[in-house]
Amino acid sequence: MEIKNTGREKDRFIIAVSGRMDAVTASEFETRLLEWINRGEIHLIVDLGELEYISSAGLRSILTIAKNLKAKQGEIVLCSLRDTVKEVFEISGFSTIIPICESVDAAIKEI
Amino acid sequence: MPEIFSPARIEHLKRLIQFVAGHAETAGFAIHRIKEIELAAEEVLVNIFNYAYPDMAGDVSITCRAENGRLILEFSDTGVPFNILDVPAPDVTADIHNRRVGGLGVFLVREMSDEAWYRREGDRNILRLIFHKHRQGAEGQERTGEVQKIERRVVQHGRDRIRTG
Repeated sequence: MEIKNTGREKDRFIIAVSGRMDAVTASEFETRLLEWINRGEIHLIVDLGELEYISSAGLRSILTIAKNLKAKQGEIVLCSLRDTVKEVFEISGFSTIIPICESVDAAIKEI
Repeated sequence: MPEIFSPARIEHLKRLIQFVAGHAETAGFAIHRIKEIELAAEEVLVNIFNYAYPDMAGDVSITCRAENGRLILEFSDTGVPFNILDVPAPDVTADIHNRRVGGLGVFLVREMSDEAWYRREGDRNILRLIFHKHRQGAEGQERTGEVQKIERRVVQHGRDRIRTG
């Protein structure tokens, strides 16, 4: 799994995640995002266009980050979810508690 | 019958998943369905890694069989007697403040597989998961003899990418 900051737009910090978020890699996602959050980046857009797989470990990490940001009056938006990933979000009910957008552009337009 | 045997530790997850995925591909499952099978397998395995052997090291094995267009996996461990299917489902309608993460893995095992059966043989926990080429979900699934109707959310996304042959 790779995580990188791909830009910034209207005070939103844009992060791209690629590969797989599973029980092995999910904690790295959490650690990296917390580093950015602790540096003051509390308005996040996460581009999941290259994420091909997510398990409950990944969902847990995302929920942890979302709760952390909410407590700081920040927020996270997830974009470009692909087929299986989107399915897992919907089945687990996460699509109703974490904001999801079709694309990074759509997320930026909604600000 | 193909079988893989491994210490029950997270560093073996990738290899175990690849075993399952490889057989699913050979059996003609589409990529989307293979990912669902991998997900179910990961959730079962991680549960074993985390909870089966609290006091000592242990092993896990997976057997894999294709039959009548279905994939049949059996996960076996000699850890603490435990029926993963007894774990209650999480509240998938809870809002972010009330949302808890417990039970999510098992929930996904039930959603991704078409049948799930648990049995105990001697000192082994054995979980059998059956996958059809297209996910039918938890509706009508039987667990240890009990028929449960679980409300199924119909997800059409991803079903259009069917690979034949």
